[in-house]
Formats: sequence, C-alpha cells, structure tokens
Amino acid sequence: MAIWRFIPFTTAVTVLLPVVVVFSSFWVPTDDVWRHLVETTLLTLIINTAWLAFGVVIGTAILGVSLAWLTSVYEFPGRAFFSWALLLPLATPAYVTAFVALGLFDFTGPIQTSLRVWLDSDLSWFPDIRNRFGVIMILTLAFYPYVYLLARNAFMSQGRRSLEVAQSLGLNRRQGFFKVALPMARPWIASGIMLVLMETLADFGTVAVFNYDTFTTAIYKAWFSMFSLDAASQLASLLIILVFAVIVLEQQSRLKMQYAENKKSHRANRILLCGWKKWLVCGLVFVTLFAAFFLPIMQLSIWAIQSVTANFDFLRFGEFLWNSLILSFLAVLLVCLMAVVMVYVARRFSTTSIRYAIRIATIGYALPGTVLAIGIYMPMVWFDGKLNEWISYWIEIENGQLLQGTLITMLIAYLIRFMAVSYYPIDGAMQRVTRNIDEAALTFGVHGWAMISKVHFPILKPGIFTAATLVFIDVMKEMPITLMTRPFGWDTLAIRIFSLTSEGQWEQAALPAVTLVLAGLVPIIVFMRQTEH
Amino acid sequence: MMRFSSNHFLFVIFFVVTLICTQNVHASEVVVYSARIEQLIKPMFDAFTKETGIKVRYTTDNEGALLARLQAEGKNTPADMLITVDAGNLWAASKAGLLKSVKSDVLENNIPLHLRDPNNEWFGLSVRARTIVYNTRKVEPRELSTYEDLADEKWHKRLCLRSSKKVYNQSLVAMMIAEHGEAETEKIIKGWVTNLATDPLPDDTKALEYVAAGKCDVTLVNTYYFGRLMSKDSNLPLAIFWPNQHGSGVHVNISGAGITRYGRNEKAAIQLLEYLSSAKAQNLFADLNMEYPANPTIKPDRFVATWGDFRQNPLNLIKAGELQTTAVKLMDRAGYK
Repeated sequence: MAIWRFIPFTTAVTVLLPVVVVFSSFWVPTDDVWRHLVETTLLTLIINTAWLAFGVVIGTAILGVSLAWLTSVYEFPGRAFFSWALLLPLATPAYVTAFVALGLFDFTGPIQTSLRVWLDSDLSWFPDIRNRFGVIMILTLAFYPYVYLLARNAFMSQGRRSLEVAQSLGLNRRQGFFKVALPMARPWIASGIMLVLMETLADFGTVAVFNYDTFTTAIYKAWFSMFSLDAASQLASLLIILVFAVIVLEQQSRLKMQYAENKKSHRANRILLCGWKKWLVCGLVFVTLFAAFFLPIMQLSIWAIQSVTANFDFLRFGEFLWNSLILSFLAVLLVCLMAVVMVYVARRFSTTSIRYAIRIATIGYALPGTVLAIGIYMPMVWFDGKLNEWISYWIEIENGQLLQGTLITMLIAYLIRFMAVSYYPIDGAMQRVTRNIDEAALTFGVHGWAMISKVHFPILKPGIFTAATLVFIDVMKEMPITLMTRPFGWDTLAIRIFSLTSEGQWEQAALPAVTLVLAGLVPIIVFMRQTEH
Repeated sequence: MMRFSSNHFLFVIFFVVTLICTQNVHASEVVVYSARIEQLIKPMFDAFTKETGIKVRYTTDNEGALLARLQAEGKNTPADMLITVDAGNLWAASKAGLLKSVKSDVLENNIPLHLRDPNNEWFGLSVRARTIVYNTRKVEPRELSTYEDLADEKWHKRLCLRSSKKVYNQSLVAMMIAEHGEAETEKIIKGWVTNLATDPLPDDTKALEYVAAGKCDVTLVNTYYFGRLMSKDSNLPLAIFWPNQHGSGVHVNISGAGITRYGRNEKAAIQLLEYLSSAKAQNLFADLNMEYPANPTIKPDRFVATWGDFRQNPLNLIKAGELQTTAVKLMDRAGYK
C-alpha cells in the first residue's frame, strides 16, 4: 500500500517541476523586453492568439463531434474504414501539413501556377492562404482527431442507446442529439477540446510556416533572438495562467453534473442511411479526410520517392525507425500506467484540492515544446549532479553524468510532457465507473485487484487504448524534448525531420515524415480496431 | 501479488534500458554540441577520427536550446565544443561565459580577423553570404546597387523578404546598425517594408520561388539556397547580384565553433577545431552546403565559384551578436514581421 500512495505524489511533483521552473523567472526584472513588447507587438500577439485559439477550438469541436457522431451512430458506405482512418491526421506533424498546404496553394504552388497559365491572368483574385484563416484551417484539420477520438469514445458507449431513449420520449433525432447525447458526452468533448487548446497555444511550427505572430512566437523571439530566457519564461507563465483559468471554469461547470453508468444490456443498432443521404455523409467525411490527410501524404510520398537516391543508407534509416518505435512503446507503458494511477488517486481521494493538483500537473502540455524541454532539463541536471556527488562519495565516476543521456531521462521527460494526453481519456473513462458499480461488485464479493481487473478494466479499456494511441503518436512526433535529452548518436525519425527541415530541405524530410505516419498506423490499428463495434 | 509484479516489470525495463544506454567515456574523444546538422558535420568528424584516432561524439539541436543546455549543465557539461550556424549565438555563448579563449597560431593564421572573436573565444569555419537575387526577366543588373537601395521607391511592390524572425536577417540588420546607426537603419528597414510585394515569407527557398514566379523582382537570401534551387532547375530566371561592392561589401555570416569553458578534453577539442580550419577540412565543410570556406586560401566549390568573386564586409561579426537585440526591436518597430 505504501508504494501506491507514494507514486502519485512523486509523479505529480515531477510533472509540476518544469512549471515551477518556468514560474521561478517571474520576479526576474526583464523590463527591457516587456517595454518593447508593450510598445510594439503585444496587442497584435494577444489578438492573434485569441483568434487562433477561438477558431481552432470551434473548428475542431464542430468537426470532431460531428465526425464522431456520424461514424458511431450511423451506417454508411466506408464507415468502418473511416472510423479509424479519421485518426490518421494525428500522425502527420501539423507543421508538415502546413508546409505542404502552403506549397500546394500559395502563389508558387502548382494550383495557382497552372491556373495562371490556363487563364492567362495574374490571378489577383485568388485567396492567399497565408493569413489567419489559413492557420486556423490547418490546425483544425491537424487537431480535430483529439476531439473526434474522445467524443467517439463517449458516443460508442452511449450514443445509440441515448438516441433510442430520446426517441422513446418522443424527441426526434436532432433533438435527441442536442438534448441527450451531446450533454451526456460533454466531459469527453471538453477533455478533447482542452487538449486541442493546449496544443494550439503551444504550437510554433505551424504559425512559423505561416509567419503568423502569436504568444509562442513571442516566447521564442524573446529567448532565441533577444537572448532572454527569463522574459520567455514570463511570457510562458502567462500562457499557463490562461490555461489554468480555462481548467477552473471547466471544472466548476462540470461539478453540477453527475453521470450514471452505462448498462451493457444490449447493443443498439446503427441507423442505416439510405439514398442520397448516405452518399452525402460519405462524401463529407471523405473530403475532410482527403484535405487533412491524403492530400498532404500524397505530396510527401512524391517527394519521398524522389529523395531516395542510389546511395541511400537503409540501415541507418531502419535505426531511426526502430528507435522511434521502441521509444514510443516504452513511453506508452510508463505514461499510461502513471495516468491510471493518477486517475485512481483522484477517485480514491476525491477532494477538490487533489483534483486540482492533478489537473495542474497536466498543464505542461500547453507550454511551447522547447520551453518545457529546458524546464525539464534544468532540474534533471541538478538532480543528476546531486546523485553524482552522493555516489562518488563511494565510487569514483569520471564524467559527472549518470542519468543524462539515458533513456530513463527521456522517458521521465515524456511522462511530464504527455501526462495530459493520457490523463484526460482515462479520466473520461473512469467517469463511467460509478459508485454503484463498485457497490454492486462488493456485494458479489469482488474487491481489491479483482475489482480492478474484472470490473474496472473492461470499462477503462477504451480510455486506456485511446491514451495509448495518442501517447504513442505524440511521442513519435515530439521534437524539442527528444532533441535535448536523447543519448549521443541516438536519432529518431522526428529528429531526422527536424534536422532536414531546419536547413530548408523539405523534400528530403518527406521520407522520414511518411515513415512516421506509417508507423503511427501501428497503434491506430492495434488499439482502435479493438474499440470498433 | 499482481501489483508487485507489475512494479518489478517496470523496474526490470528501467534497469535494462540503463544498461543499454549508459555509455563509457573514452580518454581520447571530443564531445560536440552542434546546431549545424549531422549531414554537414559528420563527414569532417569521420575524416578527423580516421587521421588522428580521436573519436568525436556529437548531438544536434537548435542553438538556443544548446546554449540553455550548456548553461544548465555548468561544470558538469560533457560538451567540449559548440558549433552554431550564425555568429550571434556564438557571441551569446561567449557572453554567458560558456566559451574559453583559445591561443592557437594555426587558427589565427587560417581564419581572418573579421570572422572570429577578438578574444578568440569563437572562430568562423565557413562563410554564408547573404546577397541579392533578382529575376533576370524583370531586372537589369545595373538597376541594383546596395542593400540600402532596396528601400528606394523604385522597388515599390517589387521586393520579397524572408521573415524577420530568422537570425540571418537579424544579423544583417545588426551589421547595418553597426555601420549606419539606428535611426538611419530604421529608415532603410521601413523602406523595405513599404516595398514588399507580399507578406514576409517563411524561408529563403520560398522567397526565391516567389522571385522566379514573378510575384516580386528581388530578394535577399543566403547563396546556398540559390545554389540548391538552381542545381534542381537551372532554367529558373534567377541570378545573383553582389551588393555594396563599392562600399562596405557583402554581408556575411559564419557557421563557426568555440571551445566550451568546462569541457574535459580541451586539447583534443582544439586539435579538432584546428583541423576544421585547415586545408584538409575546409573544402568539405563549405562545399557540403555550397558555402564559402572561411580560410581565404581555400577556393570555393566549382559550382559556387561560377557565381563570381565578391568583397566581404570586413566589419567584425561580433557586432552581429552585440546588436542583435537592437536589430530585433528595430524590425518590430518598422513593422517588419
């Protein structure tokens, strides 16, 4: 028992460390940078960031929820394929999609170029996608799977039944969706949106491709261009405060609600769409998937094929792939296990302060990658130094590094980064495990580990699988932490993409990018197939 | 029982992973933190190891992260050498006390004064020239003269620029401030912004493509981006113009290196740095990325040489670092996004 109580608190403290590091800069005077920001770009940054967050949240909510509803309640041509394929955009890094979209649609892209030739005009009417609308579009297409995945979990376990109940009460389908199914799925949708919001605020790659100035670009500008990590941290703390405010609001509004369990008495049938309706739905879903995934992946594949030359080092490339896979796999084990523990703690000691503490522990996800990376790195180096002093009391160690440059550091860093991604889906699933389930189980003499494995696990399974899929793919895409904490000479696909794109060699980066997407299929097929009914 | 075995399982995984990944430090080796990507450093390191038997271990990351990392690691850093792709970050590393002054006749002979730190804490290893590229169908070379002239109203709606967030543009503007002062430079940058044909672009290649497609007539890029694009499609209507040849010279930046203050293998690291500045490595270092050798006795790659000779701005690059923050602020004020 003692170990169990110890783990969540250690985890929470570990996960909170980088946030503390970032906040510790708060009282360092950086008037110089601030005065400059206030005088010049701050207002634009705030407006831009607000628009971006608002647009992407609304966009992903509408897209994610409607796609989840369509694929979990209705039957239409290609439904089985779409229900997992709609997750694919998750595996393409957003900034890659952005670069490809820009390549296709802007002034020098093939579309405008051929139109200029055919129509013999300067095409001045053609909309420029390098603007606010364009960024929102790209991020919506890149991030909707978070909402889709979580909303789908909710709808799959209750959607069709809730619709039946609504209809038995005399509501039509539309009313059934808005009055019953949607409110019941709210915690899941809200969790999905939280993840989207945090990712959007932390995004740097996509806004950089569009040269769209946000809070994150200001953070990096203060750090990398004006050499003030303190000012960057202060800006980042404001981001954290903002996300915290959203969490509080969401948590407050959720308190009033109670969710009853879902009886698995029988499985409701999907509603068969007929005639033009089924083709319309099929068409809409396809268009989304085409724009979000197939179009960018086709362009990447063309580049990838072109980039494979005669002296291509397949062995080395295989090593990148292997490293990516093994790293994601280990991270999934660790992060999901810890998230389950955290969720149990939150359930066991259901006090407000513990719930908040755990939510705050997920907040690091909203920090721009490199800021979080250094926030993790600093305490780690300190700890390593102390550990070293302590050990060298007995044994002589030459290079002063014990944990740095080992997979252990990397895995702990991923735990900190991706706690949010695994916590939210598993927490969502835990909401389904109500007190009455536990009580019923107890009356049948089921308790302890048997309760967890026989009663809870089947209910938690979809949530755990969702978390595992998200963590697997996110770890594989992750760059700043991987860059900073990896062992020497230990490169992954994401590192390869980074090094090529940082020198502007996008065509060469296509092969690792496509491979990364294909590797992302592994968890999608392994886990999502299992929740498919 | 189950919960204990799952703990054991995790412990075993961790243990195995540590065993796999804890590496031993060899006596004769150099550890490098590099912002220059693997493909552009590994061939020289391999050659160095072959010649001297000294192993080179390296890790790559962006320069801001590497600097923060060196700072966090302090005396425990494993790094002996820092490589960046611009002078500003070397200056920042030196200012933060992360680099060490090196006394080496070899380096002082090989690397010209303006491409190294006055205190010898860092040395340029290759030269990156930021110059004007124009559309040959729309611009006569005699219309062009200087960077400053691109602010003239005759270039209205004819200029494309990369985003001001890239350090290459920040260094260029910093060097202009060093030459003209802040007020004068701000006027020039404002002129550039007025002359833009379209919003600033995300990278140099994009800017070149815009010029080739006729959206604008001139742009400012590092020459190797031009080289890369032209070697893919030599029919593009693009050509290089070397500006300021009757004045201060072409703006150059460096990819360079310094020896870290707390490195453990100082001797071997200096040996590597000297090697990189020598005739044996200079061509490889520059040619891999179509840059110019920093060592003036070494000729550039044949393809690069076809773009013609030019006079470099002889002002010491330390200014690019010292004035970078000023430059960033100035560009913000001028509305250069």
